[in-house]
Amino acid sequence: MATTVLNQSHAHDDGHHDSGGNTLFGFWIYLMTDCLLFASAFATYAVLFMNTAGGPSGQEIFELDYVLVETFALLFSSITYGFAMIAAQGQKRSATQLWLGLTFVLGAIFIGMEVNEFQHLIAEGFGPQRSAFLTAFFSLVGMHGLHVTAGLVWMLVLMVEVSKRGLGVRTCTRLGCLSLFWHFLDIVWICVFTVVYLMGSVQ
Amino acid sequence: MSHHDQAAHGSVKSYLVGFVLSVVLTVIPFWLVMTGHLQTGPTVLTILILAVVQIAVHLKYFLHLTFRTEEGRINTLTFLFSALIIVLVVGLSVWIIYASNAMMMQ
Repeated sequence: MATTVLNQSHAHDDGHHDSGGNTLFGFWIYLMTDCLLFASAFATYAVLFMNTAGGPSGQEIFELDYVLVETFALLFSSITYGFAMIAAQGQKRSATQLWLGLTFVLGAIFIGMEVNEFQHLIAEGFGPQRSAFLTAFFSLVGMHGLHVTAGLVWMLVLMVEVSKRGLGVRTCTRLGCLSLFWHFLDIVWICVFTVVYLMGSVQ
Repeated sequence: MSHHDQAAHGSVKSYLVGFVLSVVLTVIPFWLVMTGHLQTGPTVLTILILAVVQIAVHLKYFLHLTFRTEEGRINTLTFLFSALIIVLVVGLSVWIIYASNAMMMQ
């Protein structure tokens, strides 16, 4: 009896796929709590967005064609990350690096565009201190932006890891966690552009 | 083993299918709002429905949520539970605040 238990636990140690699966599941649980954080920011935005305090409303400051380009940068980065994962599973090191690099560039374009948008708003006097609407807007969109920035830093670290250590089981698990994180942020962005930008611009 | 991996992590084809669906589901709501084709009510309803569909597409094709494998099932159930909590948090907050706002305006 004891031997079988021992054997089983030993088998589990050897089953790398299983330990990676546990890590991925744990990370997924974290993402679900992150979802709740975003949900509270969305609830706050939904409550505050009409309180413009004489400042601009969403309709006056949102540029939808700009947001569409941002959205496409993020969408393309999603599929390039997917290709990076497929390359990593096939143990193709340089292809993985190439796709990760491409994903990083697309993510950086997204963040650059967002920072540029924020900078323009603040320069025009429409910073987060202007009204409750703008506070909620900057918090919600900025929180998503900070997550994406964290994802970019993480991606750089993993690119260094892949180049130094190759595509071992642990590295692949880490790539899998970042994959969940990256695609999760894409889903949050769908909610952001629908609730904030599109619903804010409807006539 | 390799077949199991394919199912769990997706293939080039499934990523491409997800991507194309996602592009379509992004372009339609932007087009609707930018051209003002429909009236406010129907537009808001349509973009909300399309957002939910797009989220489902991302969950299926990019995050590989599924009921077929055990790993996928537990992730899916965790997600559904979180989704329930989110609907409660956001829905009830908005309901309470808007109702009290309406009462104070009377």
